[in-house]
Amino acid sequence: MRGARAPAPPREAAPSPAGGAFGELRLEEVTRAFGGAVALAGLTLTVKRGEFVTLLGPSGCGKSTALNCIAGLLPVTQGSIWLDDRRIDVLRPEERGFGMVFQNYALFPHMTVRKNIGFGLAMRRVPREEARRRVDQALALVQLAEHAEKLPGQLSGGQQQRVAIARAIVVQPPLVLMDEPLSNLDAKLRIEMRTELKRIHQELGRSTIYVTHDQDEALSLADRVVVLKDGRVQQIGTPEAVYTRPANLDVARFMGYRNIIPLAAAAAGEGGPVRLTGAGIALRGTAQTPIGEGPVLAAIRPDDLELDGGADGFEGRVESVEYCGRDYLVDLVTASGLRLHGRSLRRVAPGDRLRCHAAPSRVLVYPPES
Amino acid sequence: MAAVETNPPGRSRSDAWSAAKTAGADRTLMLLVPGALVVILLFIYPFLYGLLLSFAPKAGSVFANYRTFFTTPRLRDTIATTLWIAVPATLVNVGLALPIAYRMRRNSRWQRLLTALLVIPITLGTVLVAEGLLTYLGPQGWFNRTLIDLGLASAPVRLTHNYWGVVLSLVITGFPFAFLLVLSYITGIDPALAQAAATLGAGPAARFRHIYLPLLAPGLAIALCLSFVQAFSVFPSAVLLGAPAGPTRVISIAAYQAAFEDYDYAMASAIAMVMGAVQLVIVAAILALRGVFYRGPAAGGKG
Repeated sequence: MRGARAPAPPREAAPSPAGGAFGELRLEEVTRAFGGAVALAGLTLTVKRGEFVTLLGPSGCGKSTALNCIAGLLPVTQGSIWLDDRRIDVLRPEERGFGMVFQNYALFPHMTVRKNIGFGLAMRRVPREEARRRVDQALALVQLAEHAEKLPGQLSGGQQQRVAIARAIVVQPPLVLMDEPLSNLDAKLRIEMRTELKRIHQELGRSTIYVTHDQDEALSLADRVVVLKDGRVQQIGTPEAVYTRPANLDVARFMGYRNIIPLAAAAAGEGGPVRLTGAGIALRGTAQTPIGEGPVLAAIRPDDLELDGGADGFEGRVESVEYCGRDYLVDLVTASGLRLHGRSLRRVAPGDRLRCHAAPSRVLVYPPES
Repeated sequence: MAAVETNPPGRSRSDAWSAAKTAGADRTLMLLVPGALVVILLFIYPFLYGLLLSFAPKAGSVFANYRTFFTTPRLRDTIATTLWIAVPATLVNVGLALPIAYRMRRNSRWQRLLTALLVIPITLGTVLVAEGLLTYLGPQGWFNRTLIDLGLASAPVRLTHNYWGVVLSLVITGFPFAFLLVLSYITGIDPALAQAAATLGAGPAARFRHIYLPLLAPGLAIALCLSFVQAFSVFPSAVLLGAPAGPTRVISIAAYQAAFEDYDYAMASAIAMVMGAVQLVIVAAILALRGVFYRGPAAGGKG
């Protein structure tokens, strides 16, 4: 029944109750290649006890690959994964004892909600009385006690999601893995479930690795965000750091810096304030990495482009206006033909001429892309 | 009521709307007519005709044919003979198909290759396969010569013109059918379910027992039914590869002899009715068992 894979660990090693003495999960240079294509290249990351880490990136960036490698659903091509001093990348998924929430929930359609949640406990041979008590607790935690005897097909998407979460955490895993758990829900439910996830995490304090392509989700849930692109780590940092100080242009683009303006720097610098000119405008910005004199790229978030700025800005003509409820999203074109996106609290009309301005600390300057 | 009377235009519009919808539904139902006609003309009418014919024996009372069938050992025993061939063949077919299809559930080159290979015996038909087997399994065939050359047998093993020839031929023609059916049921089960079970601590055996088997049960029941019906109505291989006078005198041979050797169509119809009844009982039993299991989509949520 057990395959020829070495070495078969002792049965009791898999799930340690109450998270056990688990300290941290370490990924060392974890690489996964499919044929010749490298899906994940050398991911090194340490997840501390109780930490909520989000893997963020566009589709195909390797974030789900990373999660599947940690779960054991995909073997790693190179590198190693450690749970404290125990090497786990050689273990089968059923021997790792992590809880996983799947994108499509993967609830067992032929089992009631109670059976679904109790499945992990049954596999671990938890005594029936204790299992019942723990399933009841989990049902209460996700507020589904009255649906315990229903089949998954009789539940709404949000309820199914709660069952999936309860099923993953009821075994008290040292680590909870979530693969885009909210992406199949509608916008309103998604925000509700996000709050719910945050609450559950705060209540249980389980270390969590959460995969998403939604930056809002990543920022609102995570203690730390890992931004991935093309299988490589672009930045690891707190949500604030990733949001306000993207490590490179790719991260900046992904974090919503929609204005990327080719300009020229007046002087080379290691970082810090820099004067920029070009495209008929002059700006002051902050270099994020060492830059040379000459061509650079300035990244500005639409929110940071003030459209009623003082006299020192530059002029843009309004091309189109989108009403967003709280404010207006405005597309502008400068005299030199530069297209910019900004936000305005005041109603403006196409054809209006506005003075644009951005605080030097909010104009992020990066070296040109090769 | 008052609301309806103060707002007659709204009401009449909704009436017109529902009337149009009903009419539309009726017109859609008309599309069933050609299909229903074919079923009635080609299946129900001959069936009813045969049923009535079976109650109009050449001589004797209304039930004479059935009485003859159940009192003549040579006729009555064909039920047991046929079951004795069809039930093992069905169990072997589905029983072999399940583990092999389960191993091949991941879409791979092997799955496609084997699928293509297995379609061939289906397309060839039972007669060609039976004739091929006749020489292959015969005393001078490759199979026996290999056995003797390898020293596994001292004399040719008799595998034709007896029970084993028929069963083997039913397995060879029936297995691909059962395999393809079971494979399609297995690949319809979301692999994420097994992955989820694995992360929850279920090993390969537990995943099969708790996830795949219960979700497959309804499909296996259908595969069993269809395989059984196919095997029970065995005729060509029972004649060509079996001993149609004795051990493999199956019920369809009895019906054939009644119709085309004795020219007693009424008796033949009665035998066909008995044959249908036996099949119906077995299929109903399998489907009743199926009702015990979950029957619904084999996916783990909103896809």
